[in-house]
Amino acid sequence: MRRWGLLAKEALTQTLTFARFFCLFHVTNHYLWSPTLVFGPSMLPTLNLTGDVILAEYVSHRVGRLGPGDIVFVRSPVDPNKIVTKRIVGVEGDRVTYFKPRNGDSCHTVVVPKGHVWIQGDNLYASRDSRQFGPVPYGLIEGKAFFRQVWPPNSFGSLG
Amino acid sequence: MAAHNFLWSLTKNCFTFGLIGLTVSDRYASIVPVRGSSMSPTFNPTTDSFMGSLSDDHVLMEKFCLQKYKFSHGDVIVFCSPSNHKEKHVKRIIGLPGDWIGTPMTNDVVKVPNGHCWVEGDNPSSSLDSRSFGPIPLGLVKGRVTHILWPPQRVRHVERKNHQKRHSPS
Repeated sequence: MRRWGLLAKEALTQTLTFARFFCLFHVTNHYLWSPTLVFGPSMLPTLNLTGDVILAEYVSHRVGRLGPGDIVFVRSPVDPNKIVTKRIVGVEGDRVTYFKPRNGDSCHTVVVPKGHVWIQGDNLYASRDSRQFGPVPYGLIEGKAFFRQVWPPNSFGSLG
Repeated sequence: MAAHNFLWSLTKNCFTFGLIGLTVSDRYASIVPVRGSSMSPTFNPTTDSFMGSLSDDHVLMEKFCLQKYKFSHGDVIVFCSPSNHKEKHVKRIIGLPGDWIGTPMTNDVVKVPNGHCWVEGDNPSSSLDSRSFGPIPLGLVKGRVTHILWPPQRVRHVERKNHQKRHSPS
């Protein structure tokens, strides 16, 4: 009888320890930082086509310290299951001028509405961004990229 | 010395439970108060300014729907406002991607784009919803409301309600 009691106590302690680590892992990965794999042609030459491991941080967008030039992770307004990596070109109130390379090089100017940001990929010729789906609400921003990690090893260093 | 140990273990326990509470409310479910009368009579059927926020409905919001972002017509959802990401609103999903929504105000017919949804409050006369700010991206949704938990006499499951005047492609 005592043995079952001891076993139950042991199981409970292990479960609590596991729960503690799981919660710490979750809070770090959602509120502090986490490594992310990004790939695709839309941010060439800044980011590689075949993949970069980037350190993403989740503090800046919560305190509102994001501005033009930041590389951010955004939940795609076209497919909420995908997260895209783009650069902020304009914040609310900014006047943004852009052109679509394949649409006869026509230039458009737009004012970014309140609560939205205008995002574009660095590679304008192969990027689906705000030029196609319009300004995105700030609430879709998931994090900011701020450090390129170990892989690929020759490009270790901070991102602009 | 004993008091020091006691305080330290108390702090550790508070920190642990805080972490666990935060994780559960982020991943699984949490309780949110509903303000305003835009969802009357489903939530806050009476505007009782005497009691203030104590008489607000508190509802259970589940986050399992965010695994695949799969919603149905008539779901009540909580989402970040597209014009101010710090505000959260509670409305009902009227249209999903691909649906055609008729707006009687402007005699317009709008197609809900991919990855977006059309939300409206149950009380159309005092509701700021997709009729003003258009369809919202599904990525802004933070959870789905399943039950009312407070006040005790209104504890119940929140039903899906379908609107007949909207139509979707068959």
